[in-house]
Amino acid sequence: MIIRDVEVRNVQEVARGIFVLSFVSLELSGSTLPGQFINVLVQKGHEPLLRRPFSVYRVEEETVEIIFNVVGKGTVLLAAKKRGDIINILGPLGIPFGTGGSFRNAILIAGGLGIAPMPILAEHLRKNGKHIEVFAGARSGDQLALDHLENTHIATDDGSRGYHGTVVALAEQYLREHPLSEAKIFACGPIRMLAAVSAYAESVTIPCELSLEGEMACGIGICQGCPVERLDGATRYALVCTEGPTFDSTTIILRGA
Amino acid sequence: MKTGFVLRNVEFKNRVLVASGTFGYGDETRDLVDVAKLGGIVTKSLSWKPRDGNPPPRIAETPSGMLNSIGLANIGVHAFIEKKLPYLRTLDTRIIVNIAASSVQEYCDVLALLESQNGIHGFEINVSCPNVKEGGLSFGTNCDLTAEITSRLRALTDKPLIIKLTPNVTHIGQFAVAVKEAGADAVSVINTVIGMAVNAKTRKPKISTVTGGLSGPAIKPIALAKVYEVAQSVDIPIFGIGGITNAEDAIEFLLVGASAVQVGTANFIDPRTGVSVAEGIESFARDQALGDVGDLVGTLKAKKDMSVLQSWL
Repeated sequence: MIIRDVEVRNVQEVARGIFVLSFVSLELSGSTLPGQFINVLVQKGHEPLLRRPFSVYRVEEETVEIIFNVVGKGTVLLAAKKRGDIINILGPLGIPFGTGGSFRNAILIAGGLGIAPMPILAEHLRKNGKHIEVFAGARSGDQLALDHLENTHIATDDGSRGYHGTVVALAEQYLREHPLSEAKIFACGPIRMLAAVSAYAESVTIPCELSLEGEMACGIGICQGCPVERLDGATRYALVCTEGPTFDSTTIILRGA
Repeated sequence: MKTGFVLRNVEFKNRVLVASGTFGYGDETRDLVDVAKLGGIVTKSLSWKPRDGNPPPRIAETPSGMLNSIGLANIGVHAFIEKKLPYLRTLDTRIIVNIAASSVQEYCDVLALLESQNGIHGFEINVSCPNVKEGGLSFGTNCDLTAEITSRLRALTDKPLIIKLTPNVTHIGQFAVAVKEAGADAVSVINTVIGMAVNAKTRKPKISTVTGGLSGPAIKPIALAKVYEVAQSVDIPIFGIGGITNAEDAIEFLLVGASAVQVGTANFIDPRTGVSVAEGIESFARDQALGDVGDLVGTLKAKKDMSVLQSWL
């Protein structure tokens, strides 16, 4: 885990309102695993005060990429960064996805910005010799970021591209018609989508890992701001930042779904 | 350059500590922070039994600040002794254990158990906890109860006893007087300020408990005023807390009367903040040709008769 000022290499709008920011950090690019995140201080000063957590989207040689939707003051500032600007990063943080193990087929399900950890995940899965199918959903076709992914199946809420409906419904339909044995699901997205994925995985007894979001101030287990309810365990809550953000779907309860 | 200070029988190497709840149990940041450069670590609040804490969402960012309602989630004093204290003992800094409880007896039980352990240099008492017996009202807003907790705990320890005062009272100075008379060695000023944040679109409060504790730079002016008031009311040392992010902030607290400071919310953004504050204070004092950082304490150039505090005290 490191804290560093790093130099922005590039910021690019890859879909409507969705940006990929790359920065230079050999330390991070060499050590970050799929599903891990970094905490970004977008500028010095008190506005905004806190770091923002972002899944690592992709690493390539000495650069690290994050992807984000412009939704608030932090992401507005990030989207306006130029090559050479400095941001401060803390990371890599959290428990990565389990990309090893005996499964042969990886089913990646992403809703909206849940696409964030998928390219780095796909890269590691590929290296481990896994077959990959990607299901990506968005509100509309122009909000899809599908770079660096293969075997993609698309769902949109408005039907403007691909399947008209939820990405989970699409995945269920596809997998019913094209069953994959020895599979494992990796999902990231809104809480309701994750709950649907979790229920589906349980119904077909496919192991499933979810990547969660949580309101967090520190990212390193200190502020205790990001609890998620455990299904069972010695304590009621796990922390998304240090015990997640990736969880086996059978170990947690998704509230607000 | 003298940077340290003595509280009761304990020497601190400098006047910068990290505040309770913002530095965990000290082990989370072991890769990031050289804690030997801190005056001390105040641990997360400990209660007798582990506490799960409040449901999410527990935190919300606010202008130059953050609102939290963690609910004193902690591992409990027994797990602390077993799992956290051995590591804390290896650190070359002072360890102040913060205690939270829901009854006077629980405060006493936790402190008594900790008193029997090696490696703890003092206690800070969080009185901003719901008093179960009084229907959940905070101990810290009742002056008599705050004094009672202090005197009961004073009887149990010869180590520094610090009472962390809440700003959510009319006259914080009266609370400082009461705990001093009850035997406190020092006060920490301030705990978080009650606040609220609302999402206009969803019409929901941004944290699950509706209201919570505001911290960060947003509360620094409040904290300075409270430290000033307490410094005018008592002569025991004050740990100034509230929105400190750099050495200049900390020096402001020393000037208005704090003997030391605690860095809180800034640790969430960078856990090394306390170290840079300590280094910054030292170089400020050197630039001012002071022989002792303590020479700054309480040297605010203010006309006391011009202070609005006069009408309060």
